Amino acid sequence: MNIQVLFFASLKEHLGKAEMQLEVPPSQTVAALWQALSMGVDAVPEQILVAVNQEYVHADYQLKNGDEVAFFPPVTGG
Amino acid sequence: MPTSPKGPIVRIQSDDFDTAQILKRATRDRPNVGAVVTFTGLCRDEGGKLAALELEHYASMAEAEIKRIATRAYDHWPLDQLIVIHRYGKIAPGENIVLVIATSSHRQAAFEAASYLMDYLKTNAPFWKKEHHKDGTSDEWVEATDKDDKALERWKEI
Repeated sequence: MNIQVLFFASLKEHLGKAEMQLEVPPSQTVAALWQALSMGVDAVPEQILVAVNQEYVHADYQLKNGDEVAFFPPVTGG
Repeated sequence: MPTSPKGPIVRIQSDDFDTAQILKRATRDRPNVGAVVTFTGLCRDEGGKLAALELEHYASMAEAEIKRIATRAYDHWPLDQLIVIHRYGKIAPGENIVLVIATSSHRQAAFEAASYLMDYLKTNAPFWKKEHHKDGTSDEWVEATDKDDKALERWKEI
Protein backbone atom coordinates (compact mmCIF):
# COMPACT_ATOMS: atom_id res chain seq x y z
CA MET A 1 0.00 0.00 0.00
CA ASN A 2 0.98 3.57 -0.62
CA ILE A 3 1.54 6.18 2.05
CA GLN A 4 2.85 9.71 2.25
CA VAL A 5 5.34 10.62 4.98
CA LEU A 6 5.90 14.21 6.16
CA PHE A 7 8.61 15.69 8.39
CA PHE A 8 8.59 19.07 10.09
CA ALA A 9 10.88 21.61 11.78
CA SER A 10 14.19 20.33 13.18
CA LEU A 11 13.46 16.77 12.04
CA LYS A 12 12.91 17.97 8.47
CA GLU A 13 16.20 19.90 8.59
CA HIS A 14 18.04 16.95 10.09
CA LEU A 15 16.85 14.61 7.32
CA GLY A 16 17.10 17.20 4.58
CA LYS A 17 13.63 16.34 3.28
CA ALA A 18 10.06 17.40 3.94
CA GLU A 19 8.17 14.48 2.43
CA MET A 20 8.36 11.12 0.71
CA GLN A 21 6.04 8.59 -0.91
CA LEU A 22 6.45 5.01 0.25
CA GLU A 23 5.20 1.56 -0.64
CA VAL A 24 4.72 -0.42 2.59
CA PRO A 25 3.26 -3.87 3.47
CA PRO A 26 -0.43 -3.99 4.50
CA SER A 27 -1.24 -3.11 8.14
CA GLN A 28 2.25 -1.84 8.85
CA THR A 29 2.47 0.02 12.15
CA VAL A 30 3.90 3.50 12.58
CA ALA A 31 6.73 1.93 14.63
CA ALA A 32 7.58 -0.47 11.79
CA LEU A 33 7.46 2.38 9.30
CA TRP A 34 9.93 4.38 11.39
CA GLN A 35 12.25 1.35 11.50
CA ALA A 36 11.95 0.89 7.72
CA LEU A 37 12.93 4.52 7.19
CA SER A 38 16.32 3.74 8.84
CA MET A 39 16.59 7.02 10.68
CA GLY A 40 19.53 5.90 12.80
CA VAL A 41 17.44 4.86 15.81
CA ASP A 42 15.19 1.81 15.66
CA ALA A 43 12.30 2.95 17.86
CA VAL A 44 10.42 6.22 17.45
CA PRO A 45 12.21 8.50 19.97
CA GLU A 46 10.05 9.44 22.94
CA GLN A 47 10.05 13.14 22.10
CA ILE A 48 8.99 12.65 18.47
CA LEU A 49 5.26 13.12 17.86
CA VAL A 50 3.34 11.18 15.25
CA ALA A 51 0.15 12.11 13.42
CA VAL A 52 -1.82 10.10 10.86
CA ASN A 53 -4.26 12.02 8.67
CA GLN A 54 -3.77 15.16 10.79
CA GLU A 55 -4.51 13.49 14.14
CA TYR A 56 -2.09 12.36 16.88
CA VAL A 57 -1.54 8.58 17.10
CA HIS A 58 0.69 6.19 19.04
CA ALA A 59 3.49 4.17 17.47
CA ASP A 60 1.36 0.97 17.44
CA TYR A 61 -1.16 2.58 15.07
CA GLN A 62 -1.79 0.38 11.98
CA LEU A 63 -1.53 2.23 8.70
CA LYS A 64 -4.00 2.05 5.82
CA ASN A 65 -3.51 2.68 2.12
CA GLY A 66 -3.38 6.38 1.33
CA ASP A 67 -2.54 7.50 4.90
CA GLU A 68 -0.60 10.69 5.49
CA VAL A 69 1.91 10.09 8.28
CA ALA A 70 3.75 12.99 9.91
CA PHE A 71 6.74 12.85 12.28
CA PHE A 72 7.75 15.98 14.16
CA PRO A 73 9.49 17.34 17.27
CA PRO A 74 7.54 18.75 20.27
CA VAL A 75 5.37 21.64 19.12
CA THR A 76 5.59 25.22 20.35
CA GLY A 77 2.27 26.75 19.37
CA GLY A 78 0.52 29.67 20.99
CA MET B 1 -15.60 37.26 10.25
CA PRO B 2 -18.95 35.55 10.97
CA THR B 3 -20.42 35.95 14.44
CA SER B 4 -22.74 32.97 14.41
CA PRO B 5 -22.55 31.22 17.80
CA LYS B 6 -22.87 27.72 16.32
CA GLY B 7 -19.36 26.62 17.18
CA PRO B 8 -15.82 27.87 17.44
CA ILE B 9 -14.22 29.97 14.71
CA VAL B 10 -10.64 29.03 13.84
CA ARG B 11 -8.35 30.93 11.46
CA ILE B 12 -4.77 30.09 10.55
CA GLN B 13 -3.21 32.96 8.61
CA SER B 14 0.06 34.73 7.84
CA ASP B 15 -1.53 38.20 7.93
CA ASP B 16 -1.70 40.22 11.11
CA PHE B 17 -5.08 40.73 12.79
CA ASP B 18 -6.81 43.64 14.54
CA THR B 19 -7.85 42.49 18.02
CA ALA B 20 -10.09 45.51 18.68
CA GLN B 21 -12.02 45.08 15.45
CA ILE B 22 -12.57 41.33 15.95
CA LEU B 23 -13.65 41.94 19.55
CA LYS B 24 -16.16 44.56 18.48
CA ARG B 25 -17.73 42.20 15.93
CA ALA B 26 -17.80 39.33 18.41
CA THR B 27 -19.97 41.27 20.86
CA ARG B 28 -22.15 43.26 18.46
CA ASP B 29 -25.85 42.39 18.85
CA ARG B 30 -25.12 39.75 21.49
CA PRO B 31 -27.13 41.13 24.43
CA ASN B 32 -26.81 37.88 26.40
CA VAL B 33 -23.02 38.25 26.56
CA GLY B 34 -21.84 39.62 29.90
CA ALA B 35 -18.20 38.57 29.81
CA VAL B 36 -15.45 38.71 27.21
CA VAL B 37 -11.96 37.36 27.74
CA THR B 38 -9.34 38.07 25.10
CA PHE B 39 -5.81 36.73 25.10
CA THR B 40 -3.28 38.06 22.62
CA GLY B 41 0.13 36.44 22.37
CA LEU B 42 2.87 38.75 21.08
CA CYS B 43 6.36 38.17 19.77
CA ARG B 44 8.93 39.20 22.45
CA ASP B 45 12.22 40.78 21.42
CA GLU B 46 14.18 38.58 23.89
CA GLY B 47 16.11 41.48 25.39
CA GLY B 48 16.63 43.15 22.02
CA LYS B 49 18.36 40.10 20.50
CA LEU B 50 15.54 38.88 18.29
CA ALA B 51 15.25 40.03 14.68
CA ALA B 52 12.19 37.87 13.92
CA LEU B 53 10.39 34.72 14.90
CA GLU B 54 9.59 32.30 12.12
CA LEU B 55 6.62 30.02 12.66
CA GLU B 56 6.59 26.81 10.66
CA HIS B 57 3.32 24.90 10.77
CA TYR B 58 1.65 21.73 9.49
CA ALA B 59 -1.16 23.60 7.80
CA SER B 60 -3.90 20.98 7.49
CA MET B 61 -3.29 19.54 10.94
CA ALA B 62 -2.95 22.95 12.63
CA GLU B 63 -6.46 23.81 11.56
CA ALA B 64 -7.88 20.38 12.40
CA GLU B 65 -6.17 20.17 15.80
CA ILE B 66 -7.11 23.70 16.90
CA LYS B 67 -10.71 22.99 15.83
CA ARG B 68 -10.70 19.83 17.95
CA ILE B 69 -9.34 21.72 20.99
CA ALA B 70 -11.77 24.63 20.49
CA THR B 71 -14.73 22.29 20.01
CA ARG B 72 -13.94 20.50 23.30
CA ALA B 73 -13.91 23.89 25.07
CA TYR B 74 -17.05 25.04 23.29
CA ASP B 75 -18.89 21.86 24.28
CA HIS B 76 -17.68 22.02 27.89
CA TRP B 77 -18.30 25.65 28.89
CA PRO B 78 -21.47 27.70 28.28
CA LEU B 79 -19.89 30.02 25.71
CA ASP B 80 -21.50 32.31 23.20
CA GLN B 81 -18.45 32.56 20.97
CA LEU B 82 -14.97 31.16 20.82
CA ILE B 83 -12.56 32.64 18.28
CA VAL B 84 -8.99 31.49 17.71
CA ILE B 85 -6.58 33.10 15.26
CA HIS B 86 -3.04 31.76 14.93
CA ARG B 87 -0.42 33.27 12.63
CA TYR B 88 2.43 31.54 10.81
CA GLY B 89 5.40 32.82 8.83
CA LYS B 90 7.86 35.52 9.82
CA ILE B 91 6.76 37.66 12.77
CA ALA B 92 8.64 40.72 14.04
CA PRO B 93 9.02 41.58 17.75
CA GLY B 94 5.93 43.38 19.02
CA GLU B 95 3.64 41.78 16.43
CA ASN B 96 0.69 39.52 17.22
CA ILE B 97 1.09 35.73 17.12
CA VAL B 98 -2.15 34.36 18.50
CA LEU B 99 -5.58 35.57 19.57
CA VAL B 100 -8.21 33.79 21.67
CA ILE B 101 -11.56 35.42 22.38
CA ALA B 102 -14.15 33.71 24.58
CA THR B 103 -17.51 35.33 25.23
CA SER B 104 -20.14 34.12 27.67
CA SER B 105 -22.95 35.27 29.95
CA HIS B 106 -20.63 35.06 32.95
CA ARG B 107 -16.92 35.50 33.43
CA GLN B 108 -15.85 32.12 34.78
CA ALA B 109 -16.64 30.21 31.60
CA ALA B 110 -14.89 32.81 29.44
CA PHE B 111 -11.74 32.89 31.62
CA GLU B 112 -11.48 29.12 31.85
CA ALA B 113 -12.15 28.42 28.17
CA ALA B 114 -9.54 30.98 27.04
CA SER B 115 -7.00 29.55 29.46
CA TYR B 116 -7.74 25.98 28.35
CA LEU B 117 -7.32 26.97 24.71
CA MET B 118 -3.93 28.57 25.29
CA ASP B 119 -2.63 25.65 27.37
CA TYR B 120 -3.54 23.19 24.61
CA LEU B 121 -2.29 25.38 21.77
CA LYS B 122 1.13 25.38 23.47
CA THR B 123 1.42 21.60 23.68
CA ASN B 124 -0.73 20.28 20.80
CA ALA B 125 -1.00 22.76 17.92
CA PRO B 126 1.60 21.78 15.29
CA PHE B 127 3.61 25.00 15.09
CA TRP B 128 7.36 25.34 15.56
CA LYS B 129 9.13 28.61 16.34
CA LYS B 130 12.56 29.49 15.06
CA GLU B 131 14.45 32.52 16.35
CA HIS B 132 16.37 34.70 13.91
CA HIS B 133 18.95 36.78 15.78
CA LYS B 134 19.95 40.38 15.13
CA ASP B 135 23.67 39.67 15.58
CA GLY B 136 23.67 37.11 12.78
CA THR B 137 24.34 34.10 15.03
CA SER B 138 22.70 30.95 13.70
CA ASP B 139 18.95 30.53 13.84
CA GLU B 140 17.63 28.51 16.75
CA TRP B 141 14.51 26.40 17.27
CA VAL B 142 12.56 27.31 20.39
CA GLU B 143 12.40 24.25 22.67
CA ALA B 144 9.13 23.03 24.12
CA THR B 145 9.13 23.27 27.92
CA ASP B 146 7.92 20.93 30.68
CA LYS B 147 6.10 23.91 32.17
CA ASP B 148 3.65 23.73 29.27
CA ASP B 149 2.98 20.02 29.87
CA LYS B 150 2.42 20.71 33.58
CA ALA B 151 -0.10 23.41 32.72
CA LEU B 152 -2.33 20.72 31.20
CA GLU B 153 -2.70 18.83 34.47
CA ARG B 154 -5.42 21.13 35.74
CA TRP B 155 -7.65 20.21 32.78
CA LYS B 156 -7.56 16.44 33.39
CA GLU B 157 -11.29 16.24 34.02
CA ILE B 158 -12.20 17.85 30.70
